[in-house]
Amino acid sequence: MQETLRRLARIFVTYSIKIISLLLAVSIISFALVCASPVDPVQQYIMGLGTAVSPEQRAEIEDYWGVNEPPVERYFTWLSELLQGNMGESSIYRRPVADVIRERFFNSLALMLCAWTLAGVIGFVLGCIMGMYQDKWQDNILKKICYILSSVPTFWLGLVFLLIFSVWLKWFPIGFSSPIGITSDNVTIWQKIYHLILPAFTLSLLSFANIALHTRQKLVDVLNSEYVLFARARGEGKWTILRRHGLRNILIPALTLQFASFAELFGGSVLAENVFSYPGLGSTVSAAGLSCDVPLLLGITLFSALFVCVGNMIANLLYGIIDPQIREVGA
Amino acid sequence: MEQKKETLLEIHDLSVSFRMYDRGLKQKDLRVISDLHLTVYPGEIVAIAGSSGSGKSLLASAILGILPGNATVQGHLHYKGQELSEKRQQQLRGTEIALVPQSVAYFDPLLKVGEQADGHRNPRPTEKRKRIFKRLGLPDKTERLYPFQLSGGMARRVLVSTALITDAQLLIADEPTPGMSLEQALEALKMFREMANEGKAIILITHDIDLAFEFADRVAVFYAGTTVETAPASDFKTGPDALRHPYSKALWRALPQNGFQPIDGFQPYAGDLPTGCLFAPRCPYRTEDCMKKVPPVREIRGGEVRCYHGT
Repeated sequence: MQETLRRLARIFVTYSIKIISLLLAVSIISFALVCASPVDPVQQYIMGLGTAVSPEQRAEIEDYWGVNEPPVERYFTWLSELLQGNMGESSIYRRPVADVIRERFFNSLALMLCAWTLAGVIGFVLGCIMGMYQDKWQDNILKKICYILSSVPTFWLGLVFLLIFSVWLKWFPIGFSSPIGITSDNVTIWQKIYHLILPAFTLSLLSFANIALHTRQKLVDVLNSEYVLFARARGEGKWTILRRHGLRNILIPALTLQFASFAELFGGSVLAENVFSYPGLGSTVSAAGLSCDVPLLLGITLFSALFVCVGNMIANLLYGIIDPQIREVGA
Repeated sequence: MEQKKETLLEIHDLSVSFRMYDRGLKQKDLRVISDLHLTVYPGEIVAIAGSSGSGKSLLASAILGILPGNATVQGHLHYKGQELSEKRQQQLRGTEIALVPQSVAYFDPLLKVGEQADGHRNPRPTEKRKRIFKRLGLPDKTERLYPFQLSGGMARRVLVSTALITDAQLLIADEPTPGMSLEQALEALKMFREMANEGKAIILITHDIDLAFEFADRVAVFYAGTTVETAPASDFKTGPDALRHPYSKALWRALPQNGFQPIDGFQPYAGDLPTGCLFAPRCPYRTEDCMKKVPPVREIRGGEVRCYHGT
């Protein structure tokens, strides 16, 4: 047990070093991209003020912000502030970036976790069914559905769902994370969940087809393996084989896929949140991009890199716990 | 002729083909077992000896009914006098007929060895398995190991134990001994012999011909997916004069201790079998008939041979 803990700690440390260097790289690249872009933060700021600004005042602001200093110097100023926890102020929300990210992230997290769990469970179950009925009609139908779903863009699917479930059937609200006309203190958890269902379902469709198809293929491989042949020779039935050998052997690849889908999920949430006007990180990043809110854009970029990285790290740590071939060798 | 004993397993004219894609979408049948005859009596060990690629392992799959989906089976299989239908195979697998598979790849890589040896049946035969493990010289901790932690010899012994744990009447052992030390191999074979003495039967698939001669009661010589000769093991010890088929004689002469003389040619490829006797292209005694038609099985001096000229 102590060995395992020590090993996990070692993996954790190496991973942390990797994450930090990755974040550094991401910060450099994104900072360089913003510098190279035609976005003028001073102009955005002035527009946001809503009052006329004389050229002298403007020059003063530029001077105060250090816009005219060389980019490398500006980068280090930004980085040192960042390391002290100051991510700057969002120009569209007029609030610290860290606060905006925190608030939006929890909305997004709820959405993404629901979608992620849904996609994982549905994908895994469907993949198992397809694998067990390989090349029978069940498999053929489900496979076609999966192909269609994985080739349809999320935002389009979101629009179709809105049209069907919200406009025609009126089962679900048309957008936002809470009912309109109620202050945020009075929103119940049920109302929040109610608003979450449709976006979460849409978002889950993005990755579940992938997970299902991969699970199917892996299960087919397992069922064609020699150890399943031997299990059959010993009189194990189809479903006993699935229970004793199938699930065990496809779980590890399924988990990899599940945690690797963090990145896709984040990308998908940008589209899904926009379609459903859901106030999460995804819709915020597109708002920040469209209105040239540089601090917020950079903040979210760094944060999403961290988020995806943590997802992958969790997957790697889980291997060590689940897969005996890794666990026992390390011990 | 002595009175015929009741057979445990009878195989008549068994052929197994695989449907394969040849070029493009053209399909082609690969005949891996052709017109195979084999009879197994209770209480005996029958060795099936032949070179690799002669279809030995597929015979085991055919008896158990676990061939892949693209395989077609023709001919007759009888177990205890009754037709061995697909449904019956399903019932008998792992209870009446047990398999000792060939390699470590037949273990589930993620399941502990003890649990695999016990099998899926409830209640788990843990006590019996522990006794068998002990007898095969497997230490107590073996049951808690994963397959990748076993040495080759240990893995073989665990594979053997999976069959010994059942009450099977017929045991098909596919190359059970390679990787074991001599003592371990002898112990495993001794256990097979004990099972045979209890009235069970063992089919020992092997390319270790010496082993087949020593331990089996009868030896079936396999060539290109068919049994060319089935003879008492003692005939193989006596020498080529006691044998009936030219291939068996050639095989005997090719052994290191018997002159180490190979014969020309190769075993034919399953997709390109000769029309007549499968051995004819390499046979020194071949005649017109051999090339035209497959010779019938003949009984000669207490053995069976598929040859026009066997004596």
